[in-house]
Amino acid sequence: MTAQVGAVRAELGRHRPRFGEPAFRGLVVLASLTVLAIIAGLVVVIATTSMAGIAHNGIGFLWGTTWDPVHSVFGALPFIYGTLLTSITALILSMLIGVGVALFLVELAPSWLAGPLGFMIEMLAAIPSVVYGLWGIFVLAPWLRDYVEVPLHDTLGWLPFFSGYPIGIGNLAAVVVLTIMVLPTVAAVSRDVVSAVPGSQREAALALGATRWETIRMGVLPYARSGILGAGILGLARGVGETMAVTMVIGNSPTISLSFLAQGYTMASVIANEFTEATTNLYRSSLIEIGLLLLVVTLVINAAARLLVWRVAYTASSRSLAA
Amino acid sequence: MSGADGTLAGAARLPGAGIPPRVPGRNMARRRTTDRVMRALLGIAAVIAAVPLVLVLLYVLVQGLPALNLALLTQAPVPAGFPGGGVAPAVVGTLIMVGLGTLIGTPIAVLAGIYVREYAGGRGATLIRFLVDVLAGVPTIAIGLFAYGLVVVPMGSFSALAGAVALAVIIIPIVARITDEMLGLVPGSVREAAYALGIPPWKTIVRVVLPAASGGIVTGILLGVARIAGETAPLIFTALGNDRVSTALGEPMDALPLRIWVYASGPYDSWHAQAWAASLVLVFLVLAFSLLTRLALRRRGAART
Repeated sequence: MTAQVGAVRAELGRHRPRFGEPAFRGLVVLASLTVLAIIAGLVVVIATTSMAGIAHNGIGFLWGTTWDPVHSVFGALPFIYGTLLTSITALILSMLIGVGVALFLVELAPSWLAGPLGFMIEMLAAIPSVVYGLWGIFVLAPWLRDYVEVPLHDTLGWLPFFSGYPIGIGNLAAVVVLTIMVLPTVAAVSRDVVSAVPGSQREAALALGATRWETIRMGVLPYARSGILGAGILGLARGVGETMAVTMVIGNSPTISLSFLAQGYTMASVIANEFTEATTNLYRSSLIEIGLLLLVVTLVINAAARLLVWRVAYTASSRSLAA
Repeated sequence: MSGADGTLAGAARLPGAGIPPRVPGRNMARRRTTDRVMRALLGIAAVIAAVPLVLVLLYVLVQGLPALNLALLTQAPVPAGFPGGGVAPAVVGTLIMVGLGTLIGTPIAVLAGIYVREYAGGRGATLIRFLVDVLAGVPTIAIGLFAYGLVVVPMGSFSALAGAVALAVIIIPIVARITDEMLGLVPGSVREAAYALGIPPWKTIVRVVLPAASGGIVTGILLGVARIAGETAPLIFTALGNDRVSTALGEPMDALPLRIWVYASGPYDSWHAQAWAASLVLVFLVLAFSLLTRLALRRRGAART
């Protein structure tokens, strides 16, 4: 008996993890640290490669309005302005549509419609940016020029927002393309958040005799508010970082104009467009400095949005568990 | 409780008690109208959201199909403005860089996913998940600049390797998140059964849990491949582009999205036609991958990616 126990012990001992467990554990920890290192590396590498630009341009880089590489004058404000103008306008439009879609999918649509429709909107995110750009140049911009910009210019041209020449390529085209590209992000996250609202919220409103819309307005939306805000911030990060499609339709002109008919430039598109033409080291590192600015802004926006969405999803799930 | 008199006295003190009650029918009609209008607006939002997808796909198909032929995929570009030629360097380059990027990024992503789901405690898992989500949100053009500083500057030349590194960084958060989710779908009883047989945790993961989740992880990798195959911005200052078919990792290489960008921005009709045709190829690949993987994932019980 004791001999058998001893044999079993010996057998177990032989198979006791000596090397495998710590090695595998080390491997997965290393991989996770790599993710951390990449994020840190992004900031460090981009900061060091833009050092020459940072030293030359100083803090005035942020509000300088002149971008003249030939005379080594680099001001980033036209790009910051263009990025803000296009991505915030696009965000407002895609929030209106995206939250509407999310509410329609979760609250109203029958399942035979909700499935395929949700799928189509997910597919919208799968189409490569450059294809949107191609479509933007040859289909969207001419259409906008003929059917939107010309009427706008003829009727409301006295407003600063619609002054200038309607040529299709410009801020308006960039806003429309961006709206399409931000929409899947906003719609998908909003749908998750709205789905996370406990059914008891709706039942309570319906039991009080509320209509479907009143249920949504009083039972669902207040509960989902901060999550939808998170969806918006995530959409903003997506819009701010979007490069190719915007580069192809915005007209690439470093001017600050209120007009949606004017040509503009964004932070991402100036990097994409001028990097390979940048002949001097200073020019190149000034472009990378814009990239550094873009990176820091999107990191902050993203972190804030994730925290917001997480908190909502977490509290919603724990509440429904408690209920 | 205090009887009819008490209730009435209480009601009289309430604000608005003196106002004559609204006609219930008219109020209800107003609410019904609002309800109908808002429901219609939500429906319209859904239609507006679906329209661009249909339009883009339609145009890519209609404009791309006439220029799509075998020469497009097998021949190198001819000098600008001349008819004929193809985008073979871009096809080869996309295959090589996407393949290499996937090879570099996937192991890191899967291992990080395993750490998050199987090893990390609550706080560690939350931290890494958060970092993965943040990395997923970094603009791809910034990732391109990162690869430029990391690979192109030290090597002294634009290269396919730098492009592959950029694509690897982009695929990591996609695959890590899916691995994490797929491992979460493997029931705990499977792990317990393995532990009961005296199998150490790491072997349980490698031999039991991973195989159980492998289908979902593979579809996740394909989803990531579809995503990086369409990336342009990170390749501009890493792979740069190339007019000739190149397989050298240390030299500039072409890619389909890069070629579409160059041709779309150029002045020649033959370029535009080829840009549409190349887009058709790219969109078909990307959509087919996404469609298949999403359907497979849905069957697997994961609602979303």
